[in-house]
Amino acid sequence: MAAKTIDPLHQFEIHPLLPIKLGAVDVSFTNSSLWMMLSVIAVTAFLTLAMRHRALVPGRLQSVAELSYEFVAGMIRDNVGQAGMQYFPLIFTLFMFVLFGNLLGMIPYAFTFTSHIVVTFAMALVVFVGVTVIGFVKHGLHFLRFFLPHGLPIWMVPILVPIEVLSYFLRPISLSVRLFANMTAGHAMLKVFGGFTVMLGLFGIAPLALNIAVTALELLVALLQAYVFTILTCVYLNDALNMSH
Amino acid sequence: MTEPKAPLSLDELDAKLRRARQEAGGDGAAGAAPAKALGVGFRVGIELVVALVVGVGIGYFLDVWLGTKPWLMLVFFVLGTGAGIVNVWRVVTGLDQAVGYRGETGEAASKTGSDDGGGSRSR
Repeated sequence: MAAKTIDPLHQFEIHPLLPIKLGAVDVSFTNSSLWMMLSVIAVTAFLTLAMRHRALVPGRLQSVAELSYEFVAGMIRDNVGQAGMQYFPLIFTLFMFVLFGNLLGMIPYAFTFTSHIVVTFAMALVVFVGVTVIGFVKHGLHFLRFFLPHGLPIWMVPILVPIEVLSYFLRPISLSVRLFANMTAGHAMLKVFGGFTVMLGLFGIAPLALNIAVTALELLVALLQAYVFTILTCVYLNDALNMSH
Repeated sequence: MTEPKAPLSLDELDAKLRRARQEAGGDGAAGAAPAKALGVGFRVGIELVVALVVGVGIGYFLDVWLGTKPWLMLVFFVLGTGAGIVNVWRVVTGLDQAVGYRGETGEAASKTGSDDGGGSRSR
């Protein structure tokens, strides 16, 4: 980046590393794909390496791996109940993928694929469609009762049913926008303050100090957004599995 | 997660697992309270905005498509606002219940009973 210009959005640009064309469809291997792959490799490597010894008394790395397992398992048990544990592999994968995507994005010069709504929306859509299918499989057409809250006065139906339907379809959007907006905003902010630091020369120490604080905040956000994404997946799954009204 | 030295038969292992799970109940050591509160904060903020934007967006595109210029946008603006508020309200009221996002009719309790009491209410 040039010293005199700040282009905080440049970091989100996607450029193909390995151009591939399938007919008219561009399926190039991009920097985004590269970092997604790195994330998958990192998760796999971390979990297999950490669990390599299978010690009864876990070492440091193993206890981190066990902690992440327990964390997600606890989240599912708390929010869905024991019945939700059969979806553990999916939810754990989502959590680790998002978490590593966010954390890898914190490395300078790395690409944060979770800052792209295409990526987050695709994941949210998988969750949304999956949960809806599960709901219909478990409850049949009774699942549509979901849009008709229990004990609703009849005159409220024409108002509340559209609101319920709308709020149901809002789920994948809010799920994906939340993650994408948080990552994009945070990384753009880091870049802006980074630019200030360069521009201000000696006085750049002030934005530099701020940037350190923001980096810490971004690490928190990276963890938190992975957590929020996962917990909402659990909440939606719970709604489908145990219809509460 | 760890395995004993002598291999158990699958049945024994199964029984052991079941016992362990029963003992563990739903007592997962999930997110500490502050992380949970922060998570809720992040959820609520976006919920309202997204509902409004999507509501207005749907209304606008339906208007353009059907040529009913301002009306559907107004209707969906109200619906979006409603959906947003309902969502936020649910998130906030869901806070003090271990399970149950939609605790409005107080049925969360009966549900916890049905799924083998897995929900922890210790918090």
